[in-house]
Amino acid sequence: MSVDLQTVKRVAHLARIAVTEDDAARMTGELNAILGFVEQLDEVDVSGVEPMTSVTPMKMRERQDEVTDGEKAADIVANAPATDANFFLVPKVVE
Amino acid sequence: MSKSLPAMTIQDVRTPDPKRFIPGATGDWEVVIGMEVHAQVSSNAKLFSGASTGFGAEPNAHVSLVDAAMPGMLPVINEECVRQAIRTGLGLKAEINRRSVFDRKNYFYPDLPQGYQISQYKQPIVGEGKVSVSVGPDREGRFEEIEIGIERLHLEQDAGKSVHDQHPTMSYVDLNRSGVALMEIVSKPDLRSSDEAKAYLTKLRTIMRYLGTCDGNMDEGSLRADVNVSVRKPGGEFGTRCEIKNVNSIRFVGQAIEFEARRQIGVLEDGGAIVQETRLFDPSKGETRSMRTKEEAHDYRYFPDPDLLPLEFDQAYVDALGRDLPELPDDKRGRLIDSLGLSAYDASILVSDKAIADYFEKVAAGRDGKLAANWVINDLLGALNKAGRDIEDAPVSPDQIGAIIDLIREGTISGKIAKDLFEIVWNEGGDPRELVESRGLKQVTDTGAIEKAVDEVIAANPDKVEQAKAKPSMAGWFVGQVMKATGGKANPQAVNDLVKQKLGVEG
Repeated sequence: MSVDLQTVKRVAHLARIAVTEDDAARMTGELNAILGFVEQLDEVDVSGVEPMTSVTPMKMRERQDEVTDGEKAADIVANAPATDANFFLVPKVVE
Repeated sequence: MSKSLPAMTIQDVRTPDPKRFIPGATGDWEVVIGMEVHAQVSSNAKLFSGASTGFGAEPNAHVSLVDAAMPGMLPVINEECVRQAIRTGLGLKAEINRRSVFDRKNYFYPDLPQGYQISQYKQPIVGEGKVSVSVGPDREGRFEEIEIGIERLHLEQDAGKSVHDQHPTMSYVDLNRSGVALMEIVSKPDLRSSDEAKAYLTKLRTIMRYLGTCDGNMDEGSLRADVNVSVRKPGGEFGTRCEIKNVNSIRFVGQAIEFEARRQIGVLEDGGAIVQETRLFDPSKGETRSMRTKEEAHDYRYFPDPDLLPLEFDQAYVDALGRDLPELPDDKRGRLIDSLGLSAYDASILVSDKAIADYFEKVAAGRDGKLAANWVINDLLGALNKAGRDIEDAPVSPDQIGAIIDLIREGTISGKIAKDLFEIVWNEGGDPRELVESRGLKQVTDTGAIEKAVDEVIAANPDKVEQAKAKPSMAGWFVGQVMKATGGKANPQAVNDLVKQKLGVEG
């Protein structure tokens, strides 16, 4: 697997990361080097092995259905660049 | 979202039925519908945080640092949401997956602070199931039973809410809903008309209300549907589908499907092709229109969430939940028909809403089921409908209706007086038994008093007496006059017998 310049730009855009033309070209090479390295894993036969989603041999912790948090709207929006009446304000987005 | 799942073979389990076809210029068409229903799980706290799920709070009041996606926050799953998802799965007669996995569905939107939604992709908590749906009644009052396949049910987080009309250049974001648990219930493409789709959504809501797993309140957004619509020549290959997003009422589901099917037929009959896309339903115009979102919005780059371990539980847990399920609407309907002798029609109406069913069962306890059904359906539901009220705030309690029924059975009041009594209780409240005493509504069974009234009517109408001798059906007129003279309190059977006896007529 490898990526071309287009793909790198697209992935950057999907993640909303600004990447210049020069950087995108450089990153294409870097990403392909990484992908090549990962590809070595293909040499291992994993047929019949279940995909591993966790490396910790433990059961997931669960919480009780109790309200233990919230009611701190002013704290939640404290670091936002723009707010009004405890709403976050963002540049207008309309479908 | 099912469309991005690995391709699965779609099986057509329905037989094309001409009564559902939509006529076009080039012949008949058949609409094919599948639905993705988002149901808010009934729980106190959110899926992965301890913030409240309560509706209508001040902006960002029900938000924890987890819901706002502050750096370093970790999700911890709410066991009640898991329990509710399993119970819903059991109610849908579905396979329960004792091991499921949470994934990140990545997309960028201001009301999704994490930049991804925690959802379940390849390994959902609930697999295939089925729902039996009654469609109808048709013009003859008949219901048709159809079976709709369930593809899967998975748990996921809701997003926040954006408000666009408060400011010329800014959108307002409230994260109160962010992180609330949703069950996404995906149907197979087994629906073949807008009526079927509406009946299916109604049935899902009823089942979840019986289970108490979702309140089904569409006004508050607790239940929303994405509707996949395609058209084809009857029995032909499946067509290309369009997805209508976020339809928030059952009526709108019907309107959106009707419009979308006609639109697609128009495009195809003009020689065009359907482009697979996401559309929005505009209730004010009654039409669907293309959402001009960039195509890449559908590139979700799913991967297992490294913050969460697989969700695992044992069969004993599932079995215990299964044993504690309440009676579901289909079972209840069967019981009302089999052991109370109700008609399928009456039983269907009574079980359609859990609150109505609960009300009816209280009235019917220790009483005649059919009589109780008549009173609840004709009198109570009729009056509620007229007044535009819900059963939850009915002014007449099950005990009050029960007492009215008892008074009829005992012969204390006539059926006609019972209707008046119901109205008094509806408007003024009070104990029906005391009202009968205080208002003098008791049925007159004293033959002497009735006889006196009959004699008076006969004496006052000699001409009618002559007519009645020639035409025995005239006796009914005398019965009516006597009932009127006694203020409706005379026992109608006793009046009838006496009138016929005095006039010397039969039948």
